[in-house]
Amino acid sequence: MKLKKHQECTDKIATVVFTSLGYLNIVFVAVICLYLVVSGIPAIGKIGFVDFIFGTKWASTSTVPSFGILPFILTSIYGTLGAILIGLPLGFFCSVYLAKFAPLKIKQFVESTVDLLAGIPSVVFGFIGMLVLVPGIQSIFDVPDGSSLLAAILVLSIMILPSIIKVSIGSIEAVPNEYELGSLALGANKVETVYKVVVPAARRGIGVAVVLGVGRAIGEAMAVMMVAGNVANMPGLFESVRFLTTAVASEMSYSAGLQRQALFSIALVLFVFIMVINALLNLVLKERGKKK
Amino acid sequence: MKFNKSLMSVICGCAIGLSSAANAGSVITDGSTSMEKVMGILIESFEGNGIDVTYNPTGSGSGISAVQAGRADIGLSSRALKDQEKQTLVGTDIAYDGIVLVVNKANPLSDITSEQVKDLYTGKIQNWKEVGGADAPVVLIGREAGSGTRDGFESVTGTKDACKYRQELTSTGDVITTVSQNANALGYASLSAVNDSIKVLSFNGVVASEESVLDKSYKLQRPFVFVTPKDKALSQDAQTFVDYALSAEAKPLIVKAGVVPAAK
Amino acid sequence: MNNELKRTIYKNVMLFFAYAATLATVLVVGFIIAYVFIRAIPHFSWQLLSTKPSYINETIGVLPDILNTIYIVIATLVFVLPLGVGAAVYLSEYAKNIKIKKVIEYAIESLAGIPSIIYGLVGMLVFCQYFGLKTSLLAGALTLTIMNLPTIIRTTQESLDSVPASYREGSFGLGANKWYAIRTVVLPCCIDGIVTGCILAVGRMLGESAALLFTAGFAHKVNGFIDALSSSGSTLTVALYVYAKEQGRFDVAFVIAAIMLFMSLLINFTASKLSKKIQNKRY
Repeated sequence: MKLKKHQECTDKIATVVFTSLGYLNIVFVAVICLYLVVSGIPAIGKIGFVDFIFGTKWASTSTVPSFGILPFILTSIYGTLGAILIGLPLGFFCSVYLAKFAPLKIKQFVESTVDLLAGIPSVVFGFIGMLVLVPGIQSIFDVPDGSSLLAAILVLSIMILPSIIKVSIGSIEAVPNEYELGSLALGANKVETVYKVVVPAARRGIGVAVVLGVGRAIGEAMAVMMVAGNVANMPGLFESVRFLTTAVASEMSYSAGLQRQALFSIALVLFVFIMVINALLNLVLKERGKKK
Repeated sequence: MKFNKSLMSVICGCAIGLSSAANAGSVITDGSTSMEKVMGILIESFEGNGIDVTYNPTGSGSGISAVQAGRADIGLSSRALKDQEKQTLVGTDIAYDGIVLVVNKANPLSDITSEQVKDLYTGKIQNWKEVGGADAPVVLIGREAGSGTRDGFESVTGTKDACKYRQELTSTGDVITTVSQNANALGYASLSAVNDSIKVLSFNGVVASEESVLDKSYKLQRPFVFVTPKDKALSQDAQTFVDYALSAEAKPLIVKAGVVPAAK
Repeated sequence: MNNELKRTIYKNVMLFFAYAATLATVLVVGFIIAYVFIRAIPHFSWQLLSTKPSYINETIGVLPDILNTIYIVIATLVFVLPLGVGAAVYLSEYAKNIKIKKVIEYAIESLAGIPSIIYGLVGMLVFCQYFGLKTSLLAGALTLTIMNLPTIIRTTQESLDSVPASYREGSFGLGANKWYAIRTVVLPCCIDGIVTGCILAVGRMLGESAALLFTAGFAHKVNGFIDALSSSGSTLTVALYVYAKEQGRFDVAFVIAAIMLFMSLLINFTASKLSKKIQNKRY
């Protein structure tokens, strides 16, 4: 009897504990959201929404400060677009080869190589970018200083390759064999089949890969901090630029007053961007699920 | 699983308990990156007293913030406190440091006047050939907005809010590294951080050294300040460390770091 | 004839792109690894790996960074395992309401998508200031805990879901209550999955730097475990950043980068061996 009661008691405790651990995650997200919104809204109010988001000058510590973050927003957008422009074709063709054309041994080897790439810390990318890309850009393009948007784009595109490749391979391999067999039976050769039949069938998954890559690129701070120059300019390919992430990182530790609140607002803007991208991802995934 | 959970709460409790207990024997300093060598030497020679001193190089403005927010015991600033800061904080000078202008080793210049510095940094002069160098664009390297070094540099040269930086870096060492890698770069850094990867220019004909900083003939200088709260007394350990830094036995160590001790 | 030619050109061009892209990817990775190791090898020394930096002797050592990295990984695992496995157990075994389950899973997805710099920011404000932990490894570990929850939860949930229903039903049939069944039957089956999740999380933690900059700081002291938790310390990634960018000590930076690459290799290797073992176990 006693044993049974004891067991019932622990069972009840266990249920409570696990349930609360499950709900805890909602609490975490809610706290992060709340914190960012509560810290970020005041500055937007004080500076004015339009002036903040669309203002082109960021001079947070001047005697007459101005807090326009358009340079950061545009830099993040251009940087991400650039990274996708380079990373997507590269990752796409690589995943097509691995999923459809590669012999098993090569596929395994390249896949482990890609896994390794995924595991390299962002500081190492930034470090190598600093020592190889920046001087390289400086000498190849004959600009006074290689720390630029271009350097950041190159680093970011390599960093998002693994996610693009892995997810794309997954969705290409998920396309039912019948599609391929049917196309071959109709007289197409393998290459045509792959690119004109299998890939379009996998395009939702490839879309997911792109969204994942965008999310990673827009949130990257360390690697970019080491190669992009860090001045609040409007973006230009060879200009020294500051991203939303590096804007927060570089001034956060010593900021005070309105400047500090403005930095929170930048973090809030970044957070909103990410949430929108995540929502997009979920939407694309849901539609994919529905189609099945 | 249950065992796991109770283990976790025990460890958590221990850690939190010990962290508040351990604070009693630890001093956290935070701030200026220019003070890295000085702090490094002082902390290392201070060891063995049972007091744990840590140094976080985050920048002068950040160190002052940290003290105000209670995240550090002693803030480190490489500039004098502003009036507004003096209302809640107290600054104790522990050393004087020169700010030197540095160029790449390939640069033919050896001296620079304050007029030239002003023109170069505000973008009035954009090519090295106008000051006697090669025919190449000037790449201006500077520090981030909260930097004590930047504040000192801009106040003495009269270029506040007017500098057109190509890169804004977060530490004095970074400026030196960046200048050493770009033949057309011009930057400013702490005298104590200088090494032979770059070339130091004399300022208005005066070469920066301990002597010229001490007798104020090298004009581009600023104090290294320990920043502490005005209303709250320092913990005993922190006070011990501050006293040590100002003591006679710390003097040769401070000199070894490349700066001039403030203590007489 | 024209059509045939077009098709042949198409085939060759597309194949070429596929080969070229793969080759380019492999070359990039190969270059990174080779570059780091070649430049690091001349600087490897026992002194570098086993001492701490000395300003008086003007030497550098990365021992404190290695120790700090190990400490922070252990501390994070201590927190993230109970929280993560517990949440996964809830989602897999207890959650009845589908809506709530979806909300929680959406929350976990969101946590996974938040950039590390925002974690660093919020971690600094919540753990360092609000909870009064100051800049310390403990604050860093707590921040990393929340960052890695999604990884642990996802992998644990997957392995829990793959345990056949018959195991649970058999256990209930023998008179066990829910918690007993989970503890003695279901979870032990998932140990491999949980361990894989741990290894993935450790891989992520080792590479993390932005979240630790503001929460764990930069100090280079050699401490015992408990002391280290309450004082600030830089991990290998943060040390790499500082030595490379702020001090220009590229020799040290390359050595650290080489250590990190090596650890990455090790982790990938272990994780893949483990997942193969799990896959072979599935009957």
